[in-house]
Amino acid sequence: MSIQVQNVSKNFGSFQALSDISIDIESGELIALLGPSGSGKTTLLRILAGLEGLDEGAILFDGQNITNVSPKERKIGFVFQHYALFRHMTVFDNVAYGLKVRPRKERPSKEEIAKKVNDLLALVKLDNLADRYPSQLSGGQRQRVALARALAVEPKVLLLDEPFGALDAKVRKELRRWLRKLHNEFHVTSIFVTHDQEEALDVANRIIVMNNGKIEQIGTPDEVYENPKSPFVYDFLGNVNLFKGRLHNGKLTQGQFEIDVPTYLDSHEEAVGYVRPHDIHIEKVQSNNETVAATIVHIHLLGPVVQIELKRDDIDEYLEAEVTKEHFNELGIKKGDVVYIRPKQLRVFIPEDFSI
Amino acid sequence: MELTLKKRKKKTIIPGFSLTLGYTMIYLSIIVLLPLSMIFFNTLSMSWSEFYETITHPRAVASYKLTLGTALAAGIINVVFGTIIAWVLIRYDFPGKKLVDGIVDLPFALPTAVAGIALATLYSPNGWIGQFFDFKIAYSPLGIIIALTFIGLPFVVRTVQPVLQNLSSEVEEASASLGANRVQTFLKVIFPELLPAMITGFSLAFARSLGEYGSIVFIAGNIPMKTEITPLIIMTKLEQYDYVGATAIATVMLVASFLFLFIINIIQWYTNRKFNQY
Amino acid sequence: MTKSIEVQQDASPIINRKAIKSYALQESAIVKWSLITISLLFLALFLILPLITIFVTALEKGWATYVASITHPDALAAIKLTLTVVLIVVPLNTIFGVAAAWVITKFNFKGRNLLITLIDLPFAVSPVIAGLIFILLFGAQGLFGEWLYQHDIRIVFALPGIILATIFVTFPFVARELIPLMQMQGVTEEEASMSLGASGFKTFWLVTLPNIKWGLLYGIILCNARTIGEFGAVSVVSGHIRGLTNTMPLHIEILYNEYQFTAAFAVASLMSILAIITIVIKNIIEWKAKEV
Repeated sequence: MSIQVQNVSKNFGSFQALSDISIDIESGELIALLGPSGSGKTTLLRILAGLEGLDEGAILFDGQNITNVSPKERKIGFVFQHYALFRHMTVFDNVAYGLKVRPRKERPSKEEIAKKVNDLLALVKLDNLADRYPSQLSGGQRQRVALARALAVEPKVLLLDEPFGALDAKVRKELRRWLRKLHNEFHVTSIFVTHDQEEALDVANRIIVMNNGKIEQIGTPDEVYENPKSPFVYDFLGNVNLFKGRLHNGKLTQGQFEIDVPTYLDSHEEAVGYVRPHDIHIEKVQSNNETVAATIVHIHLLGPVVQIELKRDDIDEYLEAEVTKEHFNELGIKKGDVVYIRPKQLRVFIPEDFSI
Repeated sequence: MELTLKKRKKKTIIPGFSLTLGYTMIYLSIIVLLPLSMIFFNTLSMSWSEFYETITHPRAVASYKLTLGTALAAGIINVVFGTIIAWVLIRYDFPGKKLVDGIVDLPFALPTAVAGIALATLYSPNGWIGQFFDFKIAYSPLGIIIALTFIGLPFVVRTVQPVLQNLSSEVEEASASLGANRVQTFLKVIFPELLPAMITGFSLAFARSLGEYGSIVFIAGNIPMKTEITPLIIMTKLEQYDYVGATAIATVMLVASFLFLFIINIIQWYTNRKFNQY
Repeated sequence: MTKSIEVQQDASPIINRKAIKSYALQESAIVKWSLITISLLFLALFLILPLITIFVTALEKGWATYVASITHPDALAAIKLTLTVVLIVVPLNTIFGVAAAWVITKFNFKGRNLLITLIDLPFAVSPVIAGLIFILLFGAQGLFGEWLYQHDIRIVFALPGIILATIFVTFPFVARELIPLMQMQGVTEEEASMSLGASGFKTFWLVTLPNIKWGLLYGIILCNARTIGEFGAVSVVSGHIRGLTNTMPLHIEILYNEYQFTAAFAVASLMSILAIITIVIKNIIEWKAKEV
């Protein structure tokens, strides 16, 4: 099912949770709503589910306006942040609930329900735990019950609120992979809320980055990571080094740095350059005057990646660089060494345009 | 954030708001608010001198003193022994502990009139306990205190118990590791934690005692000026069809209870703030 | 007033005290056993001996007298009246308690805290005053007295008055048990149910009710015990008409004041058995509720 969010606004008292949000989601997409807490992502998800009303705008499912349709008629599956499993029901009864509460005319027979539930439990690999109560399950198992329960009603849209938030790192990774697989099999339009950029990049095929009730950027994981449209997105997705300097004749100057920024030929003002750690070039011997001297303060070995903390020699500022283990070995550098650095790729934002 | 959460719930999809709120308000108004307001309406129809004379009648004043004094005494007895009992039930193991724990609820479950006649018989001059004393227990203020102690005990035990249960053993261990002996640990670490619950327990017992009637009338002897409690004065006036007088005394009692609850809430607010600051 | 306490009640798990042995952490055996002795003596004097007195006095003159006392027509009439009152009051207050707890815990609205305070109000009112207010409303000189007389409706000194006064006194029990419990449970399970397509009624019946059943039962038990035993309020409105408007506690009072001690204690013993059953059920509920 395709979803259109048209100019949706929502206030809680004087707090604006969402302001003029518009999104087009195509059928079968797997979307991540990414943002810090308070960015409005959960509110948007709850509005899509019909658990929350909206102040302005409209929600369209397959082109039909369902803004005032109750959640029970929206054909959605909602997976709650803390699962909201019915604690007095077994795993089986939890999954069967959505089918059992249907009006008598639409309700499948007992046998059909049992078959459906057992199939779903097999799918989430919980068929041997059908008689357990939620309190007897681990976090990952509860999460899978919640998913099975949401899928049982054959939703046209699957909405997940921080689906992996309460799980430990290892289970999280596993479930992430599993959710992607599930989506590939069922192709039900799915939207999940997360504040974890890695999760969003890993699972989704499109990411909606939100901040302060507004959309910062919509794009594929690659687009939002490689080509952030705002300082916020730059900052929120991955680590970043800031070069606060002045624009002058198409160059950004900071300390001894002079970096070419041809797009800002006519600008003469304060600006900030954003550079990812892996976009910092390091050399042991100065090859040209575009580089600046810096001292290595600390070296983190993180498996295949090496993080290097540097202190600039020209001004009192710290930088973070990232190189592969291989390249690190080639460089043959150690703590205390003086090296020469330059940004390979940099993006400039003028602060007035983007107040963070 | 507080505000936003409040507003968020307002537009919830949970059904039944108007139905349950409407029903609750109507039921509350018919059963509680309208009847209770009668006390104040009827009082307003009295002249001030009439009202003042009724409520300051020596018999009434003696009953206020008796009611307050015995409620206070019983409250103090209950705080001391109720806390000890709660302590024993949480911290120690002994045979029959489950039974003892259950019996603490007896005053909640036993009708007050039944408790009244049982206590009166037990503490009367030739009762099982009364015979050992050469002064009167039943039919004296002492008897009233005993009845009120009976009524109020579970309030203290049941409020102190959960607090004691949830007291983290870490703070006690920390205190011991810093060189405090058991008495010091109790006075400086445990007691301050228990104090708010003890105050709550006391106030619940005391509030109940102020209005208590059933258990007292049998053991008090009901001698005017000596062992006549305020609720009994209301009762006597009603039996004489003196509705105006009964209402006036009831006003005094209601104002006193509300005032007491108000003060207790302030004290609780203060102690909670003092002890739960971090 | 006990709000803070109730929150603490369901906090951290129980700590195993047996593991701690050091004297810096535990009192000496002398202190321990003196405290236990003091507690047991106190409970014996104030709770256990009175309970024993009831049964001993009731059976003093033998089984036959005991049976005769509790099967006396007046006693039977009192039992019947008390049961009638219970059957009307407890369901009414249960429905009210559930509705009030629902509106207070599932929604947030202006005046919510005031509503909680108002529900607790009857606990702060003397039972005698609880009776008095209904006399002032429906008595001969009361607000509606004249009108009721003209239409030949009896409220005071009749069953309706007894019921009204008892409802007033036992009004908060169910709501008070449910409010902290439902507050803790929040609304997510209800939301999950609605999102799975259940109607409001089905959500309440299949999700909310099973979640609160032990707390509800607990409140009903307490409400029931107080309804059976209410004395002060009923005493004011009943008019003490023997065989007609005497509930069990009032019947006991009359017998006691007529020096028919054995008969009084015989009826009292019945009520004590009910009280003991109440305590047993209460403990079973607490045990069950912990299990879930």
